[in-house]
Amino acid sequence: MAALYAQLLVGLINGSFYALLSLGLAVIFGMLNIINFAHGALYMMGAFCAYFVLSLTGLGYWWALIIAPIIVGIFGMVLERTMLKWLAGLDHLYGLLLTFGLALIIQGVFQNFFGSSGLPYAIPDELQGGMNLGFMYLPIYRGWVIIFSLVVCIATWFLIEKTRLGAYLRAATENPTLVRAFGINVPRMITLTYGLGVGLAALAGVLSAPINQVRPLMGENVIIVVFAVVVIGGMGSIMGSIVTGFALGVIEGLTKYFYPEASNTVVFVLMVLVLLVKPTGLTGRAA
Amino acid sequence: MTALTDDTLPTTPGAMRDEMIVFAIMAVLLAAVPFTGIYPFFVMQALCFALLACAFNLLIGYGGLLSFGHAMFLGTGGYVTGHFLKVGAISLPYWPGMWFTIPFPPFSPEMAIIGGTAVSCLLAVITGYVSIRRQGIYFAMITLALSQLIYFIYLQAPFTHGEDGIQGIPQGKMLGFLDLSNTTVLYYVVLVGFLAGFLLIFRAINSPFGEVLKSIRENEQRAISLGYKTDHYKLLAFILSGTLAGFAGSLKVFVAQNASLTDVEVAMSGLIVLMTLVGGLGTVFGPVVGAFVIIAMQQYLAGFGQWVTVIQGVIFVACVLLFRRGLIGEIAHLLKRSL
Amino acid sequence: MKKSIASLLLGTALSLLAADVAFAQDKLDKVVKIGSLSDQSGLYADLGGPGSTLAAQMAVEDSGLTAKGWKIDVIAGDHQNKPDVGVNIARQWFDVDKVDVIVDVPNSGVALAVNNVVKEKNGVFLDSGAGTSDLTNAQCTPNTVHWSYDTYTLAHGTGTALTKAGGNTWFFVTADYAFGAALERDTTAAVTALGGKVLGGVKAPLSTSDFSSFLLQAQASKAKIIGLANAGADTTNAIKQAAEFGITQSGQKLAALLLFITDVHSLGLNVAKGLNFTETYYWDLNDGTRAFAKRFQERAKNHSMPTMVHAGVYASLIHYFKALEALGGNPHDGAKVVAKMKEIPTDDPLFGKGSIEPNGRTIHPAYLFEVKQPSESKGPWDYYKLVATIPASEAFTPLDKSTCPLLKK
Repeated sequence: MAALYAQLLVGLINGSFYALLSLGLAVIFGMLNIINFAHGALYMMGAFCAYFVLSLTGLGYWWALIIAPIIVGIFGMVLERTMLKWLAGLDHLYGLLLTFGLALIIQGVFQNFFGSSGLPYAIPDELQGGMNLGFMYLPIYRGWVIIFSLVVCIATWFLIEKTRLGAYLRAATENPTLVRAFGINVPRMITLTYGLGVGLAALAGVLSAPINQVRPLMGENVIIVVFAVVVIGGMGSIMGSIVTGFALGVIEGLTKYFYPEASNTVVFVLMVLVLLVKPTGLTGRAA
Repeated sequence: MTALTDDTLPTTPGAMRDEMIVFAIMAVLLAAVPFTGIYPFFVMQALCFALLACAFNLLIGYGGLLSFGHAMFLGTGGYVTGHFLKVGAISLPYWPGMWFTIPFPPFSPEMAIIGGTAVSCLLAVITGYVSIRRQGIYFAMITLALSQLIYFIYLQAPFTHGEDGIQGIPQGKMLGFLDLSNTTVLYYVVLVGFLAGFLLIFRAINSPFGEVLKSIRENEQRAISLGYKTDHYKLLAFILSGTLAGFAGSLKVFVAQNASLTDVEVAMSGLIVLMTLVGGLGTVFGPVVGAFVIIAMQQYLAGFGQWVTVIQGVIFVACVLLFRRGLIGEIAHLLKRSL
Repeated sequence: MKKSIASLLLGTALSLLAADVAFAQDKLDKVVKIGSLSDQSGLYADLGGPGSTLAAQMAVEDSGLTAKGWKIDVIAGDHQNKPDVGVNIARQWFDVDKVDVIVDVPNSGVALAVNNVVKEKNGVFLDSGAGTSDLTNAQCTPNTVHWSYDTYTLAHGTGTALTKAGGNTWFFVTADYAFGAALERDTTAAVTALGGKVLGGVKAPLSTSDFSSFLLQAQASKAKIIGLANAGADTTNAIKQAAEFGITQSGQKLAALLLFITDVHSLGLNVAKGLNFTETYYWDLNDGTRAFAKRFQERAKNHSMPTMVHAGVYASLIHYFKALEALGGNPHDGAKVVAKMKEIPTDDPLFGKGSIEPNGRTIHPAYLFEVKQPSESKGPWDYYKLVATIPASEAFTPLDKSTCPLLKK
């Protein structure tokens, strides 16, 4: 029984990453109708940013949590301004292909300079050690990951659904012309939204650096699971992505206990089932 | 439906004759390769990928459906054919994780190819049924996720040997007398396979079925209002595309003599999209040219390590932003002919 | 017009065919091309990678053959831990680049695949990077020599020692490919032969970065020893995370079945102290090993010390050159050269005196090491203390137990 709880807790930790990443993807898709294939590469850039901030300036983890999302967010906004804008009126498939190409470039460049193996990033001193929960010994850092992701997810949801700024963002994507008539700078909103989504990915990267080592390919495997999460949760729904992210992490943990061979495939099987029954996802708006 | 193929020129009766002439030139050039100094192994690989890209193009260029999971057909054709050639036993699952094996001796090349293609066809029927319900980006996402599902299944299935792949696949004698370990013989067999697949696609595009498909791509609502069951046509196109992709995978196994996870990865699906994009979506010869360009680049830039990935990414971005018609598409537009 | 073109084409074809036939005649010359095929940037890059290319170049320089008029080239390739990439490179090297011998090849999956290609093209394969004992058992060929170590050595070195010391229940965390499977199989055999029991195991994909769920399963099994049947970055990640999750505090011991000095260097003595493992080369063993290590370190990236893989590349090439000199030149016939290599006993400053068995296995003594406590170490790279020397007869599969088809004559 202890083993089951232990796997569920590890699943919850993984779920935190899924939730944070799918949140960024959902924000970008929900607001901009762009499938951001480069999300995994930007997550990786966040982790590398934290590594460089530490090695070049000596500023530690806590600073990196703020600096890395800002730097990578700005990079994302530059990408949006220079490239994604050109595709504004075209078929959404072009956006998918463009971001796929961008992911290849970013990952390839990092792989060339840093190899495929990981660079170490230490757990910050304040979060070292662990607590004995009875059924397992939980490293404090991993507990922090769960709490921090929950806070960030809820804060983002609140920002988008409940504040005025969020209302402007949502209106700008539903009816840009009308919103522009009110004097609101719609292109700037769009760029900011993309930056926010990218910043969330980078934040997840910093959070993951002490656990997963800083590797150029760290985004590649997780991004497809996150796509499945977003599809299941409903492609534009913020709350749907958060809940599904955590839930899927827990389901994966359950599968690892009862039927380990299927733990990789359970997410995709679930996605196929959901799509057959409810094509817009569990809480999604109509396509 | 999609703006990806808005620029294709309408086919005229003269166009078909033009295309047949280009086809004849292509066939002659390719037949002459063993007499030049070009490394035949590289050309054979390029031919397999060219057929794969043409099969993919059938779906996107004429059906308007971007599949981001075509690697699953390439891999299935390869693994099944490789397994039949090396081991022969057929394992059927009767419960997740439990298999029931019929021991057979290793198959002959032609039976193995038929087997591999048949299994790919079956996979295409199943995945097509699930995916066709959606269009546009949703369709792309579903095919992506399905191909990841297949990847993880192959990672764990015992017959694929996971990370190690199926190695040392024997080449055997095709039809009893064509010795495939002779490079020249193998080359002509692969070439015949490629030309046959290409002609099949060509025929499909220029048939009533192809016309309906194109009309669905242009305006699905109108096609429905005319009484066509569009879902059936799209599913048929998907099955044909997947089967031919599996056939390309089966051929590739004879060339490489191994079947591995690289053939089922997302990166491979992306590579297929890239080849077709570079060559020209919706053109007849675009995918062939695109495949040769990309394979040549991988071959001759292999010493540059991961810069090849970066260059592929740059080409992707450049094609999407500036160069949407692709190489053959641009040439066709200049010459105002359908290529 | 058409006839003359046809006859021109036919003539060209025939002459090209004839030229091909002419080249196939055996001819001794003094041209050698060496291909160092390795993982240049992934999880095995530190134990093989650019260091192996350096070791190959040092072997060429030390052989003195260039002064005697030989032309020897060393080229490097990156198999990226993918068997199909490795096979493509190997095939191209033999077909187009006229490579004679392939060295290094860590990653047993790639090694087994390349093994097939080398046999087909009649080249020479001197593997010092991969672990699988299959290379000299079921998959042996007349073209392959396996150097440095194999999974049998590791199993009968570390596995036997730990089981004898009281660790009689084991749980394996295995890298899910040829090497992990071979290591788990050989170690299970060694443990059960001494009366121990294997309680279970879990397979982790190659290049896993987060071992938490696997380690928790290992903890739940309550086995006395958690056997890490993986290598390189996989091993170091598992060891670090085991410390994080407090697994070693509750009484279970970790067995790093394959550990290299570069791994200990990246872990640091605080984390790695006390680990027991088997290797066949350590830079500080004797004067011969020290001399090589000093020269290697001066030229190596990050000034790292040579691992037993690098040492194997050097020693295998030195012996290869001895065989070529004995033959009077390079016949470009792999089986012939390897047969000659098996006739001459091996002797080099790195591994000492040994020999090559008929199944392609190089035998020499192996050593059981323990990582020093931080207080015992005098400086960087001073990490090992020698616990026991394992004689050559025990360190490798005995010939009568080998399943190599070449032996059944």
